[in-house]
Amino acid sequence: MLGIAGTLAVLTILGFVILPAAVVTLAAFNDKALLAFPPESWSWRWFAKALAYEDFRSGVRNGLIVAGWASSIALLVGTTFAFALDRYSFPLKRTLEAVLLSSLIVPHFTIGLGFLILAAQIGWARGFAVVIACHVVLVLPFVLRSVYVSLRNLDQKLELAAASLGASPARVLATVTLPLLAPGLVGGWLLAAILSFNEFTASLFVTAQRTQTLPVAMYNYVREYADPSMAALSVLYIVATATLLTLANAYLGLGKVLNVESRR
Amino acid sequence: MKPQPFLRTFVFPAALCALGLLAAMATVLQYSLRAYVPGSLEAGGLTFDNFSALLKPLYARVFIDTVWICFLTAACTLLVAYPIAYALVHAQNRLIKAAILIIAVTPLFLGEVVRTYSWIVVLGNNGFINSVLLKLGLIDRPLQIMFTTFAVVTALVHVTLPVMVIMLAAALAHIDPTFEKAAQSLGAGPIRAFLTVTLPLSTPGIIAGVTTAFAWTFSAFATPQLIGGGQVNMISNLVYQLGLASFNFPFAASLSVAGLALTFAILSLLRIVARPFDKFGPH
Repeated sequence: MLGIAGTLAVLTILGFVILPAAVVTLAAFNDKALLAFPPESWSWRWFAKALAYEDFRSGVRNGLIVAGWASSIALLVGTTFAFALDRYSFPLKRTLEAVLLSSLIVPHFTIGLGFLILAAQIGWARGFAVVIACHVVLVLPFVLRSVYVSLRNLDQKLELAAASLGASPARVLATVTLPLLAPGLVGGWLLAAILSFNEFTASLFVTAQRTQTLPVAMYNYVREYADPSMAALSVLYIVATATLLTLANAYLGLGKVLNVESRR
Repeated sequence: MKPQPFLRTFVFPAALCALGLLAAMATVLQYSLRAYVPGSLEAGGLTFDNFSALLKPLYARVFIDTVWICFLTAACTLLVAYPIAYALVHAQNRLIKAAILIIAVTPLFLGEVVRTYSWIVVLGNNGFINSVLLKLGLIDRPLQIMFTTFAVVTALVHVTLPVMVIMLAAALAHIDPTFEKAAQSLGAGPIRAFLTVTLPLSTPGIIAGVTTAFAWTFSAFATPQLIGGGQVNMISNLVYQLGLASFNFPFAASLSVAGLALTFAILSLLRIVARPFDKFGPH
């Protein structure tokens, strides 16, 4: 249906998208300590070096801690607020929603700067708490949207049926509502975790040396060294992400989550 | 369903988060109006000095450059993303659909640093493009591609593409496919059917995509920082240099406030410009 020209255009553009990933993969296997093209000799040593580098390892640890806490807290806040948005009316409801969604538009460097100065002003130590608080604010809109969409698609008759059979509101919530919401909850949590783990700009402002997340560690490395260790790390990153997304597509249906399924 | 009282407590966690965000924003606003005390993290008394300093040509230029880069990126991304979104929605084969989706969306989840670094390897003096051109004998010496606006915009388009594809695909997916078929059955060729039916109906998606791309690009930091290398500066880079490198929090704060005001002004402008196109969307 697209025709030859259309197919060619699409393939060229997809090529453009893959180009950096392909190039970085080739560069990662270069034996020499230069970013050269194409590699003359091949070696795994940059992968070994990247995996052993202490800053990268602590970066992964810190990143997992922050992402785990931030997405879990965001899930709690987002789910409770989605319920309130859908089923309860209270004054300033739309204002509160707008404030929480504003982190989508406000630049991350502004939010990062704000949390940095705020922490300095109220004497808050630059530990994990600041970073997690900042990340919660940044990923909340995504969790909120995911859960809210699931909630809207929920057939309330099922809940009413359970209630009419004698279940208390708490029991309805636990045995009917939450299990039906599970895809939205899991999808939202996963998206938040990935975004938090990869978040760079705000993290650059609010993390300190000992709470440095992986993207910040990588940025510091690139500024000082030019060897292919970063290329090796990037390849690991790309493989991990592509695998995660393929699995997510197979089990959750990425198309549905991102709302790009077409009407048939 | 009648509202249940326990939902009242469900509002508190969200209210707490909102308070946190507002506190951070208020701090930025507050610091933008206070004087800079060199060598200290504390700020002095109230003053408008930070904002009047923004009018200096040096800083005004950064604002203009930022807006220009954002518009350029949004426009180029639209051109490049539309075919992908169209292919994604109209592909019949499930595997092809999945492949396009994953390829288009993966860059989004790689994080700024990995993406930007990959572009350095492509665009650098020893990088992919220069190596290929040198090997083919098309050039004698490496082209200086890094540290130019072209390089920064290319990398930014790559960054913004997934978001634009998702928004366009969502809009295109909601257009009834029978409209285009009806146009073709009335004698229009596929190109004419697309231009007169599908394209106008996708206008809300285009506007949403361009708006998001603009706001997204405005927030970019790693790409202009590493690929611009100090020669192509956006507002984000200036805030970083002044805030984290010189610890001039007040001035960094005023830059942020001015940047925010600029973003809201331009987004509002976009909304006004888009209003006559609202009637094109599906009803």
